[in-house]
Amino acid sequence: MKLKGKALKYGDNIDTDVIIPGKYTKTLNMKELADHVMEDLDPDFKNKLQNGDFLVAGHNFGCGSSREQAPLALKHAGVSCIIAESFARIFYRNAINIGLPLIECKIDEIKNGDILEYVVGSSKLHNLTTQKIIEVKPLPQIMTSILKEGGLVNYLKKYGCYKL
Amino acid sequence: MGKTVAEKILSEHSNKDLKAGDIALCNVDFLMASDTTAPIAIKSFYNMGGQKVKNPDKTAFVLDHASPCPNQKIAALHTMMREFASEQNIILYDVGEGICHQLIIENGHIKAGELVLGADSHTCTYGAIGALACGVGATDLAAAMFTGKSWFKVPETIRINLHGKFPSGVYAKDLILYLIGKLGSNGATYKSVEFYGEPLEKMTLSSKLTITNMVVEMGAKNGVICDSTTGMKSDPDARFERIIDVNLSKLEAYVAAPHRVDNIKKAKDLSHVKINQGFLGSCTNGRIEDLRIAAQILKGKRIPHDVRLLITPASKKVFLQAVKEGLVETLIEAGGVFITPGCGACVGTHNGIPGDNENVISSTNRNFKGRMGNNKAFIYLASPATVAASVLKGRITDPKEL
Ligand code: SF4
Repeated sequence: MKLKGKALKYGDNIDTDVIIPGKYTKTLNMKELADHVMEDLDPDFKNKLQNGDFLVAGHNFGCGSSREQAPLALKHAGVSCIIAESFARIFYRNAINIGLPLIECKIDEIKNGDILEYVVGSSKLHNLTTQKIIEVKPLPQIMTSILKEGGLVNYLKKYGCYKL
Repeated sequence: MGKTVAEKILSEHSNKDLKAGDIALCNVDFLMASDTTAPIAIKSFYNMGGQKVKNPDKTAFVLDHASPCPNQKIAALHTMMREFASEQNIILYDVGEGICHQLIIENGHIKAGELVLGADSHTCTYGAIGALACGVGATDLAAAMFTGKSWFKVPETIRINLHGKFPSGVYAKDLILYLIGKLGSNGATYKSVEFYGEPLEKMTLSSKLTITNMVVEMGAKNGVICDSTTGMKSDPDARFERIIDVNLSKLEAYVAAPHRVDNIKKAKDLSHVKINQGFLGSCTNGRIEDLRIAAQILKGKRIPHDVRLLITPASKKVFLQAVKEGLVETLIEAGGVFITPGCGACVGTHNGIPGDNENVISSTNRNFKGRMGNNKAFIYLASPATVAASVLKGRITDPKEL
């Protein structure tokens, strides 16, 4: 799967409470989640975001709660992939489990608005604006397999158990 | 080479000889989800082809995050949980029973050496009794309900050696705040944290729960208390990523200032911060010991009329005990307001949303922007003693000052 979109860049320590506040998490309606995504951090986020864009951040992205609503809100708002220097561990698993690709890499070569291209699972991220290639940290094999099926639900539906 | 506690527990649960960095499939002993995460877990469970929960008597749902239910929409999710629990014969804790983590410990569902997954980030709390307990998301939990297993990356371990004795007015909460400040909010990301030392032998379970509860605020996968009560410990030649020594007698009352848990200051340096609301509760510090400390400070006194004090006992048992001991009377007479056991104010779903530009001093574990339901409020985290002292004075106050 090839992803292409512009970079929307934010800082370090973006926590799950600003991605989707606790008061909005009690729903199974994904559109409702997407409507409030990132609003405490950047009320303009939803206007800046176009379908397929990359969310770029610094260290410890997704720290805090275990709410899967955080990656779900981002995914349903149209984010195609999250790029960060590092992720909090529960968020990392959750995103892969719902089929939202993540990239761990250095972000200094990415500016807000740059057009990025990434083939899911590959070890390189392409910055089309600057023509730079950025090395990305590989995912464990189990995560690549889950991502390949579009998430853990589909993975288990297909295999019936974990294949490790 | 010897093993850390995490390496031992994960090896036992996978029947493999594991070391840090390995990835393995493990049998899980106990599962928990709250009303924030269970609805998605139920949906995922059915969507992945689940029919029967693998170990129903080892699976618990708790209605605590929005409980009693504040609106019609959430009521439908609560109904969905109740129906699933009854169909599947899993354990259900309904409205008013208390906060998930408190209930799992209080009701003896797990023991030392077990591997536990909870669809709540503070599941790491159970390390206080020697379990390897990690927070996961709803779909990981659903997969474990379906298969009885989950995959784990064996974490590296940080070892913390405690020495000395807490000065008066300084508590386990101050220790963990201090450590979070020292390590930073991602200082232990993906790692396990083991706590050792003589002071643990004299510490109450309640205090130990406060410590392990907050290891996730430095990014940790789990935390384990290694003392004679849990019987858990690393082999003498185990490999630690880092060893940190802390002398408790050097600690003071600390506060995590907005909007980051690792933004640690000394309480005495924040005495200019005026307080509008105090909150005493949560899985971090809503136990009987915490209510006793607050009651002791507030007995026979009255908090100023422009300050509110909200109190949520961590469980029905804690609440009843507080009634018996007269703490409820003391705290209400001092100006406190009691809320049904649960999460509400801590996570901003209902029951205590602060106003714009208000400052809150809270015994909880997170002060992120918007955490308590208003992104224009400011949350300061502290020990129950500091919360009580601060509401009494109407400004952030080191309990030592009283
Ligand atoms: S009391 Fe707060 S931190 Fe603890 S489980 Fe409830 S919402 Fe989470």
